Amino acid sequence: MAELDLKPGDQVPSQAPGEVRWRPGLGILVRWETFLLVLLGGTIAFGADVSPYFLQSSNLFYICLNVGEIAIMALPLTLLVVTGEIDLSVASILGLSGVLMAELFKHGWPIWPAMIMAVVLGACLGAVNGFLVTRVGLPSLAVTIGTLTLYRGIAQGILPTDTIGGFPSNLASIGVIPIPHTHLPYSIAFFAVLAAVFGVVLHATPLGRAIFAIGAGQEAAFFAGIRVKRIKFWLFVLSGTLAGFAGVLFSLRFASARYDSGVGMELFVVTVVLLGGISIFGGRGTIAGVVLAVAVLGCLQTALTADLMPAQDQNIVVGTLLVASVIVPNGGDLYRRARARLRSAEARRHAAAAQAESR
Amino acid sequence: MTTLAEDTRVVEQRGHSHAFAEWMFRFRELGIVLALVIVVGATTIDNHLFLSSTSVQQLLSGAAIIALLSIGETIVIVTRNVDLSIGSVLGLSAYASGVLYVHHPHVPLVLVFLLALGIGATCGLVNGLIVTVARVPSLVVTLGTLYIIRGIDGAWAGGNQVNASMLPETFNKIGYGTVAGVPYLGIIAIVAVAIATYAMRTFRTARDFYAIGSDPAAARLAGIPVGARVFLAFVLSGSIAGIAGAFWLSYFGSVDAIAGVGYEFQVIAAVVVGGVAIFGGSGSVLGAALGAVLLNTIYSALVVVNVSSFWSQALAGALLVGAIAFDRLIALRVAPALRTRRRARG
Repeated sequence: MAELDLKPGDQVPSQAPGEVRWRPGLGILVRWETFLLVLLGGTIAFGADVSPYFLQSSNLFYICLNVGEIAIMALPLTLLVVTGEIDLSVASILGLSGVLMAELFKHGWPIWPAMIMAVVLGACLGAVNGFLVTRVGLPSLAVTIGTLTLYRGIAQGILPTDTIGGFPSNLASIGVIPIPHTHLPYSIAFFAVLAAVFGVVLHATPLGRAIFAIGAGQEAAFFAGIRVKRIKFWLFVLSGTLAGFAGVLFSLRFASARYDSGVGMELFVVTVVLLGGISIFGGRGTIAGVVLAVAVLGCLQTALTADLMPAQDQNIVVGTLLVASVIVPNGGDLYRRARARLRSAEARRHAAAAQAESR
Repeated sequence: MTTLAEDTRVVEQRGHSHAFAEWMFRFRELGIVLALVIVVGATTIDNHLFLSSTSVQQLLSGAAIIALLSIGETIVIVTRNVDLSIGSVLGLSAYASGVLYVHHPHVPLVLVFLLALGIGATCGLVNGLIVTVARVPSLVVTLGTLYIIRGIDGAWAGGNQVNASMLPETFNKIGYGTVAGVPYLGIIAIVAVAIATYAMRTFRTARDFYAIGSDPAAARLAGIPVGARVFLAFVLSGSIAGIAGAFWLSYFGSVDAIAGVGYEFQVIAAVVVGGVAIFGGSGSVLGAALGAVLLNTIYSALVVVNVSSFWSQALAGALLVGAIAFDRLIALRVAPALRTRRRARG
């Protein structure tokens, strides 16, 4: 989509040769994460202002609990967005995996194999996305809008109106009881471990560099010997797998599975990724930014709930955050473009004046 | 002389490849009609009541709103963008129309539709502005506005509901009335699709949409005001969704905060099944509308053959994915064929 941005008029003559229009990452990124820290501070201050209980350490548990599954699904999506793809079907995979786990459990499977099958199903659903994108050559946006509908529809077909519950209480309690001697829910502990792994892989391994290279220029990456399609395929599988895992956690947290579990959660996952400073055009971003964005979203949700704002209204806030977090990084570009246009108009006026004079 | 001869040859070639492409489009629409005939035929054999006049009337009115929405979505997708917010726009304008009647029961019909149009146009305006001025991918923008507009709707409506009893009879009649056995909504949709099909083929602005979708950079070089056209596409899509909201209210007779949830996926499925390329640049409004009719017919057929209607969403998704994959495979097949033709002539 980046090519949409290029037009001849944009090649501003004042640019020094060799200067890249997309400013090379580091400077801007550091600033973006600083901005996120400020935003986080602001959100916490807002929360503390709304409720005296917000700053109590036990509140940490509820903050983390609300964003656990979202955070886990945001990690593989981060890598996908860095390569320039997107996966909108994660929330539907979460729902369908939960339904499969519950159905298997209802039909007499022990809970552990049922949970494993749910994760395997997630991997398979991700593989379908990956196959359609990399082998058939379809745009990931269209594919995952389709599979978003398809996977949710299958979940609805399997489990139309019922709710399945009755999971063993020792497992179901991991969603409501913190890890002993801490204030952290299990889902956030999984996220912390995964985030560390993803951070190392993305920022300190050849694979991570390959992922950035794909996002910066797919063709160039291919000619540099990077297996673009293979990497993308496995990233979709990874996204599906972790969405399946999130589905297991989600079902355990609510001690029940329904077909509409996590409907609309893709909004939150995509918001976290883009708020985390991952460029929607691919090629830029850090895991640290995404972790900070998770913290911002968790605090914001809890603070708004403490402020007695209904969940429906919170969607307005999160939706606005999503749109803002793609507009703001483009702001500099916008400004440069406007300035260039003004300048070229001025230059044209000058040229016209000069011409008129010479006559 | 030679240049002139070459020119004519190029023009001739273009004419042929154009004719071929057009044949492909016609074939696509014929294909949908054929699928429609097969679905209707098979279901009627199973249950002869499927082709009864009431059932066909219901089919037509049910498909009418999706067909209306698919006009706007086609325009947007043709420019290589997507509008995910139409379901929310429809919901908001439907609720607004209902509330207007609750507070002013004798308000003229025109005013209600103007309000619906205004709300839709405003939403489309916001989408269009963000997409074209801030140059943010439409997917992200409209995913955001999908939830923002739905949130506004929810905050406004809360748990309230507007019922058919609060709406005047003249308004309700739009939803269920018929002329010579054809429901009003069906006629409105057919007229709208006919106008849009003509407009998309004829007007220069509409051809610009196709040019932008085929190659935005080339369109810009050709002097097409890309930003203004994409902006217009979003405003049109929003406006149509707004008006469709008023029709939705007259058809269902009641509206609450979740009116039209998930319509965007049904509409995108209809549009893509109808042969509008998700990559932009090709496809017709007529095809999209036929896609809407086909999808709606399949839903009804499912119920008739005793498949739970809970599977209809899965079906929409499968058809959407299938249609995109099918288009891609066809394109891969057709491209070499076109090349060899060109070589043979050249």
